[in-house]
Amino acid sequence: MSNYLDGNAAAGALSELFAVDLTAAIAQCNGCGHTTVFAESRVYVDAPGTVARCAGCDTVLLRVVTTPNDTYLDLRGLTYLRVPNS
Amino acid sequence: MSWQVATVADVRQETETARTIVLDVPDWPGHLAGQHLDVRLTAEDGYRASRSYSIASAWANSHSSTIELTVEQVPGGEVSPYLVEVLKVGDPLEIRGPVGGWFVWKPEQEGPVQLIGGGSGVVPLRAMLRAHAVAGTTPVRLLYSVRRPESVIYVSDLKELAASDAVDVRLVYTREAPAGEPRVGRIDADLIEQYALKPEDGATTYVCGPTPFVETVANLLVAAGHDPARVRTERFGPTGGPR
Ligand SMILES: Cc1cc2nc3c(=O)[nH]c(=O)nc-3n(C[C@H](O)[C@H](O)[C@H](O)COP(=O)(O)OP(=O)(O)OC[C@H]3O[C@@H](n4cnc5c(N)ncnc54)[C@H](O)[C@@H]3O)c2cc1C
Ligand SMILES: [Zn+2]
Repeated sequence: MSNYLDGNAAAGALSELFAVDLTAAIAQCNGCGHTTVFAESRVYVDAPGTVARCAGCDTVLLRVVTTPNDTYLDLRGLTYLRVPNS
Repeated sequence: MSWQVATVADVRQETETARTIVLDVPDWPGHLAGQHLDVRLTAEDGYRASRSYSIASAWANSHSSTIELTVEQVPGGEVSPYLVEVLKVGDPLEIRGPVGGWFVWKPEQEGPVQLIGGGSGVVPLRAMLRAHAVAGTTPVRLLYSVRRPESVIYVSDLKELAASDAVDVRLVYTREAPAGEPRVGRIDADLIEQYALKPEDGATTYVCGPTPFVETVANLLVAAGHDPARVRTERFGPTGGPR
């Protein structure tokens, strides 16, 4: 059974950290170079926090972990995020 | 964006297992059709669980402060049974939203719209149909997969919308069909071929439902020649059992 969601499910957690909506941003995977809208990534919300993985190669693109005192944002799997200027 | 407290203004049973919750949210900034919000429950010992729910209603106007969610109860679930069975009018509910800017339909968007929903995946599509009824001019089709006639959410609403020239509604029954409907079974390549808008129609397709449903339908669409960039998907999570 596929137990993952997609980038849409991370919108709320990311909205605490970014002023712009990231689900519509174009993301490039650092692992395989796959470039797609962030909404198409695979998101797991049952891990500690939220983990987004590349739909092409499974590299961890982004992690958000919230503890009572802090929020950790790990973006190591992304080459870039492209957001249109509004 | 952070958490705020909404108040339950009304509840409406849609089917035996799904209900619509009308929320009053002071200072609601408005939303786009297809956006969702997160709901957070906190237990007495401080344990917290949050889940996402699509906004079922279209944004009416800047003076309105009510929005609607529709929740399908997942047996053994942590959050949905509370929302469907326990939450009552007057109760507070912590929410964060609106969020999500990809799985949305905007009235100024060009081209026809194909909506494909499975189970509670019809919720954001309903917001799109409602927004389209107010401001849309392009053709819209809804393919809605349900287990049986009693599982159809928004029955009267969909009938009313289907009566309009702009909207075409087709129900697909996976377990039991009503009298006069011979087809029982999941959406397959033939059905897509027969009832979905074609790649050359230039449609944008929105697919929403349980993860395996979304995966299957998106693959069928791409195999039928649809541009993956025009197929937008939203996964609601695993199915509790076969649909
Ligand atoms: C962006 C987004 C929008 C959503 N919008 C809606 C909506 O409008 N209406 C709605 O009813 N739900 C919606 N969902 C699903 C919702 O967030 C929850 O997953 C669902 O209510 C189950 O939560 P739970 O706490 O009751 O179950 P959990 O305690 O999380 O899970 C209990 C069991 O049910 C399974 N399960 C979890 N989710 C589902 C599901 N959706 N279908 C079948 N089995 C499941 C789990 O694998 C587990 O075995 C949405 C999800 C996302 C990501
Ligand atoms: Zn990759």
